[in-house]
Amino acid sequence: MRDSVGTVRTVLLLGGRSEIGLAIVERLVRDGAREVVLAARGGVEAYPSALTALGATVRSVDFDATLPDTHVKVVDHVVELVGDLDVVVDAFGVLGDQAEFEADPAAAARAAAVTYTGHVSVGLAVAARLRAQGHGALVVLSSVAGVRVRRFNFVYGSAKAGLDGFAQGLADSLHGTGARVLVVRPGYVPTRMSAHVDPAPFPATPGRVAEAVAAGLRSGATTVWAPRVLGPVFAGMRMLPRAVWRRLGR
Amino acid sequence: MNPPTLLTGWGRTAPTAAHVVRPRTARQAADALASAGPRGALARGLGRSYGDAAQAAGGLVLDCTELTGPPRLDPDRGEVTAPAGTSMGRLITALLREGHFVPVTPGTRHVTLGGAIAADVHGKNHHADSSLGAHVRALTLVTPDGRTRRLSPDGDDTDLFWATVGGMGLTGVITEATIAVHPVETAYARVDTDRTGGLDATLDLMARTDDDYRYTVCWLDLLARGAATGRGVLTRAHHARIADLPRPLRRDPLHHRPTAPVGAPPWAPPRLLNRWTVGAFNAAYHAAAPERRRGQAQPLSSFFHPLDAVRGWNRVYGPHGLVQYQFVVPFGAEDTLTDIVTGLSRAGAPSFLAVLKRMGEPTPGPLSFPRPGWTLALDLPADLPGLGRLLDGFDERLLEVGGRLYLAKDSRARAETVRAMYPDLPAWRRVRERADPDGVLVSDLARRLRLV
Repeated sequence: MRDSVGTVRTVLLLGGRSEIGLAIVERLVRDGAREVVLAARGGVEAYPSALTALGATVRSVDFDATLPDTHVKVVDHVVELVGDLDVVVDAFGVLGDQAEFEADPAAAARAAAVTYTGHVSVGLAVAARLRAQGHGALVVLSSVAGVRVRRFNFVYGSAKAGLDGFAQGLADSLHGTGARVLVVRPGYVPTRMSAHVDPAPFPATPGRVAEAVAAGLRSGATTVWAPRVLGPVFAGMRMLPRAVWRRLGR
Repeated sequence: MNPPTLLTGWGRTAPTAAHVVRPRTARQAADALASAGPRGALARGLGRSYGDAAQAAGGLVLDCTELTGPPRLDPDRGEVTAPAGTSMGRLITALLREGHFVPVTPGTRHVTLGGAIAADVHGKNHHADSSLGAHVRALTLVTPDGRTRRLSPDGDDTDLFWATVGGMGLTGVITEATIAVHPVETAYARVDTDRTGGLDATLDLMARTDDDYRYTVCWLDLLARGAATGRGVLTRAHHARIADLPRPLRRDPLHHRPTAPVGAPPWAPPRLLNRWTVGAFNAAYHAAAPERRRGQAQPLSSFFHPLDAVRGWNRVYGPHGLVQYQFVVPFGAEDTLTDIVTGLSRAGAPSFLAVLKRMGEPTPGPLSFPRPGWTLALDLPADLPGLGRLLDGFDERLLEVGGRLYLAKDSRARAETVRAMYPDLPAWRRVRERADPDGVLVSDLARRLRLV
């Protein structure tokens, strides 16, 4: 259960190797979370030692985003392990390389499935559980890439756009059920996943994203941007004429 | 089935959703319990517990406020029997009409009799009269196995009786109770008021004079700095006799009409209550109190329930709500009390409703809060930065001296802390499992603190 000062007991990370996801989990553990489940393909063996040092029990489960038929079972299994899901962090995705996607359409579709449709099945499974238990938060890692899709990474961007829309709709469907969805829109975050792309303006770190998520969970926000300035920046970006937008390098 | 309803405690933090039903009879309450699903069921009264004690996420909540009916006074036996949904206010009104008064009333009259027993509430007379549980002569408990039991402190199942007193609703649904009452001549208190200059003076005056009065309580200014930290306004009282009343009041000494409450604004901005606004309020309140006043006749309603004059005062804390922190430390642990008070003052924690009181004899209830010692209750805005850590630190100090937190107020303690504070928890659990073998009864509090 979440308490009156925002501390939770259980955290499930979907995408158990995600650097941003793990930073969020670590932050929640620092604030008092005690049961952590890391879900990723083949399970997760390596995770920050800080988690256990801070007093959390860490478990890992096998979770494959590309196998939607298994997602309800995964969620049920996690509930058996730790009980009510207080916070679920939905952080998996494939950034990929736009040029390679354009050369291999099937690979592009497979990546888009991970980044988008995998969240549809697991997101709905999580939402059903949160609705039944009458409380809990689902944190969805969207991206500014999905706010307005750009030429240079439109396969990834379009999948994130789909995910962002899905998360907003899911949030509205959960209104009044005690459960909620927090949509997180980070900008460029230097991690292993993004090591191959050039840095963009207004970068964030996994720690900064985690900070923003923790603050959003406490305040009851529906959307957080990391860094916060990206909110107004993208309000402006949306207004740019298409001809200008198309020419933006990054 | 109806759509779920979002419920919170009086602190308005951490809402969760549950299906709510409103039984009007004990039979309907039993049927509702029997219909509970896998997420369990719980009774709720008027929702005055501050935290998550009266909510059950995803489960079935029995709103018992319609379990009412006329209270039946037996003046010869000195007791009254009433349905558990009867509010303290209604009970007091009915009793005063007959020249009687409740043995214990908490700081608000907007609690149900059932809820008051489940929290084993205490009042300004705890040092003299213990908590409400000590005055319960019998209660009717509906348990999830479909049975209805009449329990009393001298009956066949005293374990279940005491597990229910202070049991936070986790042993069954109380549908009716009989409590001892006492005769009064008037509906007034004869109040002595004193202003103190600092915490030491406050503690000293209370320790010296508590036993001379039936009712005592001290409001504390926790924002005053330096030597003034813990200055207070101490009020001590007895029931007024007719001869104590000013002449105009003697014609109708049992006149009791609580003033209609003024509504708090429906919305207040976040952080309206901060160290500056509350500091100014506290300074003004302290200054406005008389230095020393004797024998003032005050209506019982305003003496016992001053906050009931403002309907929905909890909204003043803004959209993020408030956290109430109440603990008791044994006599002799004054240093811990002093450290917590100075810790709050140093943190600039804006509490404008800090109340200090001395407690006396406890009841045998394993989860009943009161213990002999000093109890301090205070409200803080839930969005105060660093609040969780500040209170966690206080909890550790409490554990060192055998102090404990009040479950009806708690909304943020850790399970292991509470387990250490309530050493009788395992024994209580065994009694509970007898009445609820399938674990139907559950609350968010119970889940958070792993009580069941």
